[in-house]
Amino acid sequence: MLQLILTLIIYLILVIPVGRYLYKIAAGKHTFADPVFDRVDGVIYKLGGVEPDKGMNWKQYALALVGSNAVMIAIGYLILRIQGIPFFNPNGIEGMEATLAFNTIISFMTNTNLQHYSGESGLSYLSQMTVIIFMMFVSAASGYAACVAFIRGLAGRVTDNVGNFFADLVRITTRVLLPFSLVGGLLLVWQGVPQNFSENVVVKTLEGTYQILGMGPVAALEIIKHLGTNGGGFFGANSTTPMENPTILSNLIELYSMMLLPGACVITFGKMVEDGRRQHQKNNASGNTLPAEQEGIIARIFGKEGKSIFLTMGILFLAGLSLCYWAELQGNPLLADIGLNQSAGSMEGKEVRFGIAQSAMFTTVTTSFTTGTVNNMHDTLTPLGGMVPLLHMMLNCVFGGKGVGLMNMILYAILAVFICGLMVGRTPEYLGKKIDGREMKLTALGIIIHPLLILAFSALAVATAAGQAGITNPGFHGLSQVLYEYASSAANNGSGFEGLADNTYFWNITTGIVMFLGRYLPIVIQLAIAGSLIKKTYVNESAGTLRTSTVNFAVILVFVVYIFAALTFFPALALGPIAEHLTIWG
Amino acid sequence: MNENENKHTFFQGVRQSLAVTLILLLICGFIFPMLLSGISAFVFPSQAKGSLVYVDGKAVGAAHVGQDFTKPYFMKGRPSAYNYNTYYQDEHGNKYYNDDSEFAGLSSGSNNYAPSNPALTERVEADIEAFLKANPGVQRENIPADLVTTSGSGLDPHITPESARIQIPALAAASGLSEEQLAQIVQENTEGKLLGIFGEETVNVLGVNLGIAKAMGLAGDVSR
Repeated sequence: MLQLILTLIIYLILVIPVGRYLYKIAAGKHTFADPVFDRVDGVIYKLGGVEPDKGMNWKQYALALVGSNAVMIAIGYLILRIQGIPFFNPNGIEGMEATLAFNTIISFMTNTNLQHYSGESGLSYLSQMTVIIFMMFVSAASGYAACVAFIRGLAGRVTDNVGNFFADLVRITTRVLLPFSLVGGLLLVWQGVPQNFSENVVVKTLEGTYQILGMGPVAALEIIKHLGTNGGGFFGANSTTPMENPTILSNLIELYSMMLLPGACVITFGKMVEDGRRQHQKNNASGNTLPAEQEGIIARIFGKEGKSIFLTMGILFLAGLSLCYWAELQGNPLLADIGLNQSAGSMEGKEVRFGIAQSAMFTTVTTSFTTGTVNNMHDTLTPLGGMVPLLHMMLNCVFGGKGVGLMNMILYAILAVFICGLMVGRTPEYLGKKIDGREMKLTALGIIIHPLLILAFSALAVATAAGQAGITNPGFHGLSQVLYEYASSAANNGSGFEGLADNTYFWNITTGIVMFLGRYLPIVIQLAIAGSLIKKTYVNESAGTLRTSTVNFAVILVFVVYIFAALTFFPALALGPIAEHLTIWG
Repeated sequence: MNENENKHTFFQGVRQSLAVTLILLLICGFIFPMLLSGISAFVFPSQAKGSLVYVDGKAVGAAHVGQDFTKPYFMKGRPSAYNYNTYYQDEHGNKYYNDDSEFAGLSSGSNNYAPSNPALTERVEADIEAFLKANPGVQRENIPADLVTTSGSGLDPHITPESARIQIPALAAASGLSEEQLAQIVQENTEGKLLGIFGEETVNVLGVNLGIAKAMGLAGDVSR
């Protein structure tokens, strides 16, 4: 308990400087490292023919994002198919089968990192580096770029210009992801994560038998896997394996790596919105704006609007973490029945060095921040403990990965002001902009896509023989496995109820489609909303304006998120994890 | 905008996409992992190579990876879905796990049995019975849960201190070492929580068995 509280307190301290740094990068402000990075970026812009100062409107921005991602997909697919060549391939891995390569490349480009292969037997070092590690950088950078453009739209300072996609992509990669990865990667090697290019080692054990030990550039992949909230492991069992995550310290490094940037995004949002408003107030210095309120220290760090969003995410996160931790501590009653002491909690599928507390923490974080890395096997979690990761992927807005979670939460915020507006009979406003029919329609569409993908494809899977063939656990848990796979795909999370036998044509193709739609449809819709809001003029706050920077609003937002989740997902959850819980505890 | 200009913008977009992709591929996919390898090999040479453990100069395992032990005088780790990638070879070069099933090659993972899966209860029951047989005098309800459940990775190098303690009487009988000696070896391979707060107390099974082997005279100098 104490270690969970301390883990979170350290996070809150760490996220502030990172948030300030990310804000400076996003807003194009001066940082101490500019002399170095300006030169590096300058060379890249020159070679790439990028004009960083040439702004794009939201359509051009979205097109550049989708178009460049398409190029990356094409190159990555090619490498996976020809990875059998003897180049960075000491273990003699063969080329990848077509549908699996399709699934894999979509999975990594969309920042999902769902893996239907096992890294140790399915990928050469060439693929691990030029496909997996490369994609981990650029998919994360693409997500953050979209988020930054979205915020620029909301903060709305320049009409019809949300920034230059290529410049954002490069800046985020060189100034945030690469330097953080280098430092974090070294820390992981220090803790015992291998980083080499030699073939797997076979040793002769004390008993005269043999053991094969996995090698490779593991640390390089490990650090960006978490930092970019990617989640795909070097080895099949991901961050449960002692090669990827050998000690409690490496576990904490990985945990913070995945939590820092999504949290920092909220700070970036809060501060950029604040800047936009200040600019507006300066322009209307003579206008009749309300007097500036006293700002608390928290509002100054997070920005006023960022504060309420961060609080909302924090409440949702803590609720999930508490349920998961409590459920795992209860143990498995069926094992208690055969006389196994369950006082240590449910240890099946968990590592001794992480125990129940850090396993529950990692599980909740990986699905809230949509990373998808695991330090214990989610399929073996107790029913309610396993429902938490499932639910958080269904919500897909509890921090969320690489900026996308923030954008989803903003959709819920727009929904919340709309509902509140209906109650008092006023046109809803958010961040000083009127929310009209067009934005509401887009918001509704953006929110509905996610449950539609999960539930429709789950229905398809349980209705067809090809889908059912993947289910490996009997009873209600089988449905949970299916739901989890599609929730993970649609939320671009990538963790799995790993028992699912998912390397088949059916699962490769359907999850590939879900990942693709689950990634690009919301991004395009969100950019459209930003593009629509950016053109609107500020409305001045009046006494009747719903203040969205308050604790009250955060609470309303929590309820809106839960009510929406209950309306869409409760029947499915009742048939999966809840039914399983009632069965084993009955 | 006229058509020509549109075309121009389109081609410029494609050109930028392609060029930026290739540049980032080079930086993120090649230069970054190479640079990290280079620095690691210099600063943390042992860890970068996988923290191998050597006895008399020959590698016998890795400090962070568990192993499958069968001899009665060696401490047992947790059950593993992949037998810790430990195998033996027959005269034809066929590879088998210690339980005589076919070796699957380098793997990791668990059985992924749901809590409600009857296969889980069966497997745990079988492991409890095997443990009770090998450790006479131990009561069923005193077996720590980690000792008969599989880890997530199938490579967990640790067990809890209670799981180590409960094996000592049987180990003493089989190895000829005294219980105090064994308790001492376990103590040397026990690691506390980080700063006394984070994580759990763990015992490294390979470390303990290296200690036992040395005390029994089966192995010489251990080095990293």
